[in-house]
Amino acid sequence: MKKRNPLLTTIFWIFISLLTLFPIYWLFVISVKPAVQLFSTPDLIVDNPYWGNYTEVLGNRLLRSYMINSLVISTGNAVLCTVLGFFTCYALSRFQFRGKESIFFWTITNRMAPPAVFLLPLFLLMTQVYRIGDFTLLDTRIGMILVYCTFNLPFAIWTLRPTIDAIPRELDEAAYVDGASPWKVITEIVVPLCRPGLAVTLILTWVFAWNEYLLAATLTNFEARTLTTGLSEYVTTTGTEWGIMATISVFTLIPALIVFGLVQKHIVAGLTFGAVKG
Amino acid sequence: MQSNKLGWILLAPTLVILFFFGVLPFLYVVFVSFHQWNPFAASPEMIFNGAENFRRIVFDDAFLNSLGVTAAFVVFAVFSELIIGYLLAQAFMKEFPGKSLFRTIHTLPLIMAPIIVGSVWKLMTTPSIGIIPHYLDEWFGITMNIGTSAPVAFMTIVIMDIWHWTPLVTLTLIAALVSLPRDPFEQAQIDGANKAQTFWHITLPMITPAVVATVFIRLMDAMRTVDEVWMLTGGGPGSSTRFLGVHIFKEVFPKTNYGYGSTISVIVLYLTIVVCWLLYVSMLAPRKNRKG
Repeated sequence: MKKRNPLLTTIFWIFISLLTLFPIYWLFVISVKPAVQLFSTPDLIVDNPYWGNYTEVLGNRLLRSYMINSLVISTGNAVLCTVLGFFTCYALSRFQFRGKESIFFWTITNRMAPPAVFLLPLFLLMTQVYRIGDFTLLDTRIGMILVYCTFNLPFAIWTLRPTIDAIPRELDEAAYVDGASPWKVITEIVVPLCRPGLAVTLILTWVFAWNEYLLAATLTNFEARTLTTGLSEYVTTTGTEWGIMATISVFTLIPALIVFGLVQKHIVAGLTFGAVKG
Repeated sequence: MQSNKLGWILLAPTLVILFFFGVLPFLYVVFVSFHQWNPFAASPEMIFNGAENFRRIVFDDAFLNSLGVTAAFVVFAVFSELIIGYLLAQAFMKEFPGKSLFRTIHTLPLIMAPIIVGSVWKLMTTPSIGIIPHYLDEWFGITMNIGTSAPVAFMTIVIMDIWHWTPLVTLTLIAALVSLPRDPFEQAQIDGANKAQTFWHITLPMITPAVVATVFIRLMDAMRTVDEVWMLTGGGPGSSTRFLGVHIFKEVFPKTNYGYGSTISVIVLYLTIVVCWLLYVSMLAPRKNRKG
């Protein structure tokens, strides 16, 4: 192997990183500019940051409740999808069914549906059909948690399948022979072995739910609105409040960054989508 | 030995949730697709009109246009992402100072909400406040107006997509490259194969499953993209960036053409499933052969 110049390599990666980071940096720049300065010469460096947008967003009671909704919905959905995805993959991996692969593929097809047109049937079902007395699923956190399963559950199944398939069956069979209950086998043998895969799935489903916009914008009115829908409320026909929009974006980005930082190490192993064995 | 009953119990919650939030809405869409239904028109009732909607779609220029635009977008974006992603993944296979930091930075776009990506690129490209048109004008005298030029709008979306999704491709290809066996490469080196030969005959066939899986995921998402494009261009100028997802959204919401919108969705979903099924089968085939 010929050695490359380390300085050149570093310069190359700094260049790539700048390209990657620039849009994120620009978001921050816009968020610390007062509205009047937006239309002047775009400067790369902000010499005196203006924090007005931040105090406005943090002081807005509505946006704070959106933030809490986002947290509850994405956490609930990520936990639900990871647990159910795990059960599904365990069943698909360890039991013999007729049409097992078809069930697997069918779960994935749920993720292919164009969301735009599902808004209407989901809206009608959630207001008219899925109701107990006066309680409907529309505009509730639990409703959104369930709706997000349509795209996150297939994803969880898709990413967890190879992880569970890779665990030798002999391990659980030996435990069954020793008289362990299925529950014990799952919690004490299988779960510890696929912890990295579970962590990656949990985080990614969390990020997807946190980032979702279209469904949240239609299926919530007030009670369960999320942060991403708050963003679009500042794009109006009378003009866009760019600064506020950028600030909300920054607030949406930070939790995702923190959460994502937690699984950086495992992300590559978790993202093989069944294409790589071992 | 465990009974199949337990297997079904474990599957049940998933099947129930996907049935109520995936299958029932889908059946409803299929039902509506055979009707003429615009709740805000002069006749708001649902009128059964058989396959009329499906006949209409074949001659619908707007639909065919958005199908073409989507295909062009998928080809441009996914192809560029694969090439850039592969080169970066290869670069990440070597050791160099600060590697994990650079990899973390490279992964960042992946976690951004599509709607935010759309708004960031809007902030950067809108004439009068955007930094890109400003400096293109100041340094090169080029006028870039995403609101009036169709190719510019299209290419901006392609570049935005490349920025947003190349990291995913890089990560999956790193995962594939890491797991490759060393022997064939050493053998090739001994036999005096050059770089291009090694790539075409050894690397590429071995990472094909990973490439197919990546294309699968990207294709699925590209066919349903709405948020980013809606935020950045709203499908315009004209219909130059009116991808299938956006087209359906426009048909269903501003026009409230529920019947016809449902028909388009059924067709799009069908196309997506067929394409993905073909990819899925081609992905499974080599694995089955290997098992013998």
